[in-house]
Amino acid sequence: MDGLRSLLTFLPDWMATLIIILVGIVLILVPLLLTVAYYTYAERKVIGYMQARISPNRVGWFGLLQPIADTVKLLTKEVIIPSNANRFLLLLAPVLSIGPALAAWAVIPFSATMVLANIDAGLLYVLALSSLGVYGVIIAGWASNSKYAMMGAMRVAAQVVAYELAMGFALVGVLMAAGSMNLGAIVNAQHGGIWHWFVFPLVGLFLVYFISGVAETNRSPFDVAEGESEIVAGFHVEYSGMGFAVFFLAEYANMILISALTAILFFGGWLSPLEGIVPASVFDWPVIGSLLGGGIHWFIFKTLFFMFLFLWFRATFPRYRYDQIMRLGWKVFIPVTLVWLFGEGLAIALGWKPWL
Amino acid sequence: MTVSIKQFLKSFTLYELLQGLSVTGRHFLKKKITIQYPEEKTPLSPRFRGLHAQRRYPDGEERCIACKLCEAVCPALAITIESEQRDDGTRRTTRYDIDLFKCIYCGFCQEACPVDAIVETDIFEYHFEERGEQIMTKDKLLAIGDIHDKRITANLEADEPYR
Repeated sequence: MDGLRSLLTFLPDWMATLIIILVGIVLILVPLLLTVAYYTYAERKVIGYMQARISPNRVGWFGLLQPIADTVKLLTKEVIIPSNANRFLLLLAPVLSIGPALAAWAVIPFSATMVLANIDAGLLYVLALSSLGVYGVIIAGWASNSKYAMMGAMRVAAQVVAYELAMGFALVGVLMAAGSMNLGAIVNAQHGGIWHWFVFPLVGLFLVYFISGVAETNRSPFDVAEGESEIVAGFHVEYSGMGFAVFFLAEYANMILISALTAILFFGGWLSPLEGIVPASVFDWPVIGSLLGGGIHWFIFKTLFFMFLFLWFRATFPRYRYDQIMRLGWKVFIPVTLVWLFGEGLAIALGWKPWL
Repeated sequence: MTVSIKQFLKSFTLYELLQGLSVTGRHFLKKKITIQYPEEKTPLSPRFRGLHAQRRYPDGEERCIACKLCEAVCPALAITIESEQRDDGTRRTTRYDIDLFKCIYCGFCQEACPVDAIVETDIFEYHFEERGEQIMTKDKLLAIGDIHDKRITANLEADEPYR
């Protein structure tokens, strides 16, 4: 980025900054959207494999062109707007859904230096945006003028309120341990070896966070919002073509976001797990050293693992009943996080910090 | 008391969830059992009951003697036979129709036939494009028998020891 800035010295300062930011956005969004496209392919492939079938393999080599074929199909489909639906809100809802899902990526640190906006309230920003995403869903349900869509939207609203709390508490645990809300600083606080990662002292919070994340993104086994066996397709019954595709995109972008955040908050982000195990001189070796040492590849690898977990869960668990979801959110997760936070606070007050 | 503690530990260690995950995890690595149909096919039994055919003797004479046993035994009344005396004094069919929409592929006609004339082949990939095509006339049945003669004979021979 600094190299780019030195190239743009002939421009006024604000323009150079603007161009650099735009380039950064493109550099994040294009790989992200490609990942989303191939995440849908991976989902079909993984679930197929877990059901002992081979899954898409007709379009292109091993079916690798399948997401492109799907995109073309959705792009060319008619966008149907139901009569008596609120046209403006109906078209606004997908945008409201995908906007926050993509905007949250601004503060994600991909490596020690690669971050678009290194802000101090990064954790709060992420939490705020992930809560905003639910508005898209609720507006979609209301604007569709359909009973099923409305029911789906109501379910999302209740579910997200329940799990947002537990998720927030889990994040409080992380920032108590790290002493900062800057995502980069949180990763740096886990520096110094795999046993310093927050997942070990905060394993309960990690589980609560990840399961809440699955619930937040309305993924199986918490997908009552879509619940195709009960309410057709939930909030997006009335959407077709690109409107549907954008919702789809937002859901997968959110899944990737939750995976990335889990990697950052509990698994040391870009830090290498070999740190402190192999002698430090190993990291100075020409090529292997940089691969074994910390860097964006470890971040991507950890994120991919959690993305895989999302698919694994979907292939394994049956859908929760609605009252069980509420019970799990309010009666299990919130008490667990409260007890854990109390213990953690006690440990900090007594000066006993197992994670440092 | 111990039961509830056990239950508590079981649910908080996610024991049953991990058990479920291990099942799908094992299947993830297992060999896939999909048969990719047009390119790959499942093996068929020689007893498979598919499209019908009429057979001939090796000298080219049709086997059917118009005894109408198949017509009588057919539970779906799919077979219609009319017969006449041929110039050489033998009784032959002038009309032998099987309505494949009525047929239930039970194989009774094949069982009933005293001269092994009507058989069901192992052909199951066929279709009709127009109404009326589903009536298999004598000519069509004999043509199928002629084309797939080797296949039919081989299947009948393979099944012979078990009859």
